[in-house]
Amino acid sequence: MMHVRRSPEEIAANRQRYEEHQKKGLEFAPKALPAPSPLPAPAIDAAAIIHQETIPGGWYWSTALKRGEALRIDQGEGGSTVALVAWNAADTSERLNLVDTVKVQWTTALGKGRVIFSDMGRVMFSLIEDSSGAHDCLMGGSTAASNAAKYPGVKSRNTRDNLVLVAGKLGLTRRDIPAILNLFAPVRVDDDGGFHWRGKLSNSGDYAELRAEMDMIVGFSNCPHPLDPDPVYAPKPVIVTRFRAPAPAIDDLSRTATAEALRGFENNASMLA
Amino acid sequence: MTDFIKTSASRSLENAVQEHFIPAEAPWSGIVRKGQTIRIEDSYGQQAIDTLFYRADDFAERYSNQDTMRAQGGAYIGTGTKIISNEGNVMLVMTADSCGRHDTSAGACSCESNTVRFGHGTKYLHACRDNFVIEVTKHGMSKRDIVPNINFFMNVPIKPNGEMTIVDGISAPGDYVELVAEMDVLCVVSNCPQINNPCNGFDPTPIRVLIWDGED
Ligand SMILES: [Zn+2]
Repeated sequence: MMHVRRSPEEIAANRQRYEEHQKKGLEFAPKALPAPSPLPAPAIDAAAIIHQETIPGGWYWSTALKRGEALRIDQGEGGSTVALVAWNAADTSERLNLVDTVKVQWTTALGKGRVIFSDMGRVMFSLIEDSSGAHDCLMGGSTAASNAAKYPGVKSRNTRDNLVLVAGKLGLTRRDIPAILNLFAPVRVDDDGGFHWRGKLSNSGDYAELRAEMDMIVGFSNCPHPLDPDPVYAPKPVIVTRFRAPAPAIDDLSRTATAEALRGFENNASMLA
Repeated sequence: MTDFIKTSASRSLENAVQEHFIPAEAPWSGIVRKGQTIRIEDSYGQQAIDTLFYRADDFAERYSNQDTMRAQGGAYIGTGTKIISNEGNVMLVMTADSCGRHDTSAGACSCESNTVRFGHGTKYLHACRDNFVIEVTKHGMSKRDIVPNINFFMNVPIKPNGEMTIVDGISAPGDYVELVAEMDVLCVVSNCPQINNPCNGFDPTPIRVLIWDGED
């Protein structure tokens, strides 16, 4: 079998460029990000509020969200994990893409100042406030089977079925459900790749605000995370507020904190041009 | 390339029912029947092999990286890993792994994510997602069917603080994984063309796929 190797010079040049990106991503970017947002959350200007929804424990919800609007997701009583999915309103084949989100930002730890990418190299959300710094991009949500194993004999709702319902009611199908972002889920990965629930980094009374960077449809499921240590199925209500966010300033944190976000927003701009 | 490595007395190069050589940067797809074993071989070493699985009689059921990670309680893929679908079913089980480290958190490269990661000048380089689109389209699917994949032989350690970076692969020439199918699956492979990070040692190389019938 004929195969021509690349030259040592080409390989060395690419390696050097990768290591420069990597150094900036791993060393510069985290230093440019702020501490988590303080609690309690400040009140949102009543005139900016478009809608407020209380999602009962175990339930789902979806909403349209226009570019420049934001969602405050408030744990309320605490103890809830909120699974989130999103699609580009104009083309639902463009959707939340967590593997790109964590890869291009060199971290699975999302927090204030980070952004969330679509599969098309564009920014869907900027995390403009976040009191928890504890979200899970990896593990996904509960299923009928995982709930049956964890809460034997208990009638319980689960995230997989909730998202099938969200998609189905939007004219979408199982094919359209992307991997999910779990807000307020302090999952940590050990050196062997094992998942652990790190209690009380978060998961009580926290909030996050996500500003839409394109017109979207956003879906939610409010069920206990698969690793939630509470042996009782008792998800609490969460409050989602859709509001008009202040226009991002020229030095907006999410637009300036990392080279990757800058380039992502350039891709957004070319979509809007 | 290295010599054939026996993992089972009944498994030889001669009695494989399928053998496919996949050039550097190219895609491939094929059906693996229930009970068959598929070997994916990193013939030259340090080559990421991006892979997706779909239930052969219902493509809406497909590989789920999150369900796979959740079900096994960990982020990496290795011997014993059950490959789980979005419906929570076991699609395949990894029965052999001579490498020891495979990723399913970092997804496939794409022209679009390359612009974000490495600069807009890298947009017009062949990428795994383009391979996937070409290949799934042959089976009546489209971009919406491309989900987070497995990256066999790609080394993406995740630290407790969340830090995550693609580092040099640890696979040697001839390293392989074997998976036995628990249902009929369509396997879609992109032999990763990425030259901007070390997932291919900056030098994409050919791979080989072998399939054997079940032993009973
Ligand atoms: Zn690739």
